[in-house]
Amino acid sequence: MSAAGGGAQLSTGMVVATPVTRRPRPLTGLRGTGVAGMVSAAVIAIATFVAIFGPLLAPYNPNLPNLSLAWVGPVGGHLLGFDFQGRDVFSRLLAGAQSSMLGPLAVVVLSMIAGAVLAVVAAWRRGAADAVISSGLDILFAFPGILLAVLATAVFGAGLTAAAIALSIAYMPYVARVLRGVALRERSQPYIAALEVQGSSATVICLRHLVPNLLPLIVAQGTIMFGWAMVDLAAISYLGLGVQPPQANWGVMISENQTGIVQGYPLPALSAGLCIVAVVIAFNVLGERLFAQAEAAGR
Amino acid sequence: MPDQATAPVLEVTSLRKEFGDLVAVDDVSFRVAEAGSVAIVGESGSGKTTIARMIVGLERPTGGSIAACGHDRSRPARSLRDRRRRGREVQIVFQDPYTSLDPRQTAEEAIDEVLRLHHGWPADRRRARVAELTELVGLDERQSRALPRALSGGQRQRVAIARALAAEPRILILDESVAALDVSIQAQVLNLLADIRDETGVSYILISHDLAVVRQLTEEVVVLYRGQVVERGPTPRVLDDPQEDYTKRLRASVPRPGWKPARRARPGPTPQEGSP
Amino acid sequence: MNEPLLAVTGLTVRLDVSGAKRAVLRDVALTVDAGEALGLVGESGSGKSMTARAIDRLLPRGAEVDGTIRFDGRDVNALAGADLRRYRNQVAMIFQDPRAHVNPVRRIGDYMTEALRTNLGVPAAEASHRASDMLSQVGIDGGARRLRQYPHELSGGMLQRVMIAAALLTEPRLLLADEPTTALDVTTQAEVMAILDELRHEFGLAMVFITHDLELAAAICDRTAVMYAGQVVEIRESAQLHDDPLHPYTAALAAARPDITRTAGRLRAIAGRPLSAFEAPPDQCAFAPRCGYALDACRAALPEITELDGGLSRCVRARELRGKLGAPANA
Repeated sequence: MSAAGGGAQLSTGMVVATPVTRRPRPLTGLRGTGVAGMVSAAVIAIATFVAIFGPLLAPYNPNLPNLSLAWVGPVGGHLLGFDFQGRDVFSRLLAGAQSSMLGPLAVVVLSMIAGAVLAVVAAWRRGAADAVISSGLDILFAFPGILLAVLATAVFGAGLTAAAIALSIAYMPYVARVLRGVALRERSQPYIAALEVQGSSATVICLRHLVPNLLPLIVAQGTIMFGWAMVDLAAISYLGLGVQPPQANWGVMISENQTGIVQGYPLPALSAGLCIVAVVIAFNVLGERLFAQAEAAGR
Repeated sequence: MPDQATAPVLEVTSLRKEFGDLVAVDDVSFRVAEAGSVAIVGESGSGKTTIARMIVGLERPTGGSIAACGHDRSRPARSLRDRRRRGREVQIVFQDPYTSLDPRQTAEEAIDEVLRLHHGWPADRRRARVAELTELVGLDERQSRALPRALSGGQRQRVAIARALAAEPRILILDESVAALDVSIQAQVLNLLADIRDETGVSYILISHDLAVVRQLTEEVVVLYRGQVVERGPTPRVLDDPQEDYTKRLRASVPRPGWKPARRARPGPTPQEGSP
Repeated sequence: MNEPLLAVTGLTVRLDVSGAKRAVLRDVALTVDAGEALGLVGESGSGKSMTARAIDRLLPRGAEVDGTIRFDGRDVNALAGADLRRYRNQVAMIFQDPRAHVNPVRRIGDYMTEALRTNLGVPAAEASHRASDMLSQVGIDGGARRLRQYPHELSGGMLQRVMIAAALLTEPRLLLADEPTTALDVTTQAEVMAILDELRHEFGLAMVFITHDLELAAAICDRTAVMYAGQVVEIRESAQLHDDPLHPYTAALAAARPDITRTAGRLRAIAGRPLSAFEAPPDQCAFAPRCGYALDACRAALPEITELDGGLSRCVRARELRGKLGAPANA
């Protein structure tokens, strides 16, 4: 289809052939994600702040048990009461934010780097290299994250490190699959060919042109995956394979305090669960919005 | 007529390209003289774009040879230095202005990148050269600093031309470079291309299906049908007095005042339609 | 004089572009008589496609439409339900890229006979028979076999013929053709144009033929309308458009095109670039900034339509420039 003139995207996706010089700039960045996006960003910002400064902000010692106070409800300065070992729930939540957020961060960073590298290599070289990488990724797809985490802890012992690495490996194929598709499309664009004809090296073209044009998608994907990783790691910690008690961690808190739910003291477990839910939803919503923005950011 | 004694700046001999069973280019030979301008004309499936891609190294010939500025380029470049040197011999401007520029680079940045690739110049010398090139292609300051999304199709093609010229190539391949432009803009860019050739002595290879544009810009024409050369010669002669059936049909299909299209007596596929 | 089959008057369309309502068509007026072919020529932003969509009621949601479109005397924008469906049977549209408009997962036969079966209640066997006949009319043999094929098995040119055949099956009285041959090779284009011309005469079909190619429109259309920045600037008998245009833009457009019969020195390019309706200032001639004949009067007010020699021109100086705009040779 010949493309005479520019294109302004109208609501039904029809292209009105108009020169684009004076069109108002599309909303990019955070402002373009709408109210839901900005609220989510705020939630994430708070969670990040707490993750960094949590232990300093905690009004009471999150790790000191006092069995005489077990399951006591909210009283005095203790907003959320005490957990099954008599520790202040609110302080424990604040302190637990650190490991609860750090784990997913590591997973996202590791899987995105590994996935992006594989996707770009597969898309750039195409042919045999692409076939080999894609087959390898297909094999990895077969392993659910939790299963890999269980295997990892069996081999390396329980703890956040093993679980995070296992999840990174499990998530990598998702990243690679999404990025590969877009990378393939970008790689076939004439502007990449023009650089090849100029004699630019493959590495330079990939780093300076291909990857930056994938960046919106990478950020969107990473944001969504943070939410998944958080749920998966919480589940792993809940199962006793990740962060070990008595270290503060939201997933661990659910596990430790679950008996309280049936006994009539739901607050400790529920509040930890709500923290996870709130942060995961925030990441999901923001991620979806960023995703839509990345898709819409066409030519 | 170009002087036969001067070495041609591009020489293509018995070029062949197969994609599996399909022979896209079959025994194509032609040469381009210094500061000359040759058109490769054909419809879909003629192989013209494949030939262009083979000349710039985006596809590898199955057979035959290509030599530009005296250096053979039938095989892929062996080193990065070789690739860069080839970039200084032959450059290309693609058809679609909307995908031939990196959406994240301004015109100045795109041209500067090419300059840094080929020359070890200091920043101010590069800046001066970028200004020269943008002026050459008729871009003002605002346009040079703009991202592609703020530029129209014609303006983007000017950027693409400037970027290609930044490598100071001896040969510029124009792969349907004006086909996607409005008529009034097309005229501007065609004038620009003629001026550039006058000023710099670059040779053109114009890949096109538009015979009027071919007449405007080129001195010689090679007509392709299904991968083979069916006719060649000086552009005016081939267009005014075509000898081969296909060329005649091509010429007769061009709308002009008083033109009345007639169905061909013998029903059958046109090149675009392939075999039923 | 008979009432025209299609009469568009004062058509103004505003669309939501990036958050604001902007005009894409301004005061467009044209008529098409039964059996007549009208060419609609323009560059980017001229509004030619938008006009066809307005006629076929295919504008995006939220479009504001002023003015009237009358088909066979009835107000098109007032039609609804069964009337609207009947209207769509009478006005068929074909597009530039057939692959974007034909469902790739359904067979050609399904695509072609759908309107017949669902809107007109024609039984399936009869519908397939008619489809097959129509295919041979457009030059595709092997009817029954073709009907079972999928779109990807046909090339662009053949698919375009299929789209034309499908459009003609409901026996429309008006065909809107939006750049149907722009994506085709020149020889395929000639073939498809010949088919359109022949079928049009055979079925007594009226046609609005949209293109950016002035020469192409002039070849098979009786009259040609030229659009610029969302307005019709000239309507003229095609035969006279090239030699005796009534608007400077038409003349400039013809002069900007390279001549296949002569090797010219330089082309007479028009400075600047084509504007869209919403970029052009509303109270002056949209072409004035680029026009070689512009005077202060052109910038003072929006030019009215002048009738001249059976044609129309939206130029204040139309009468004065008559005869001087004809295509002189390129230098």
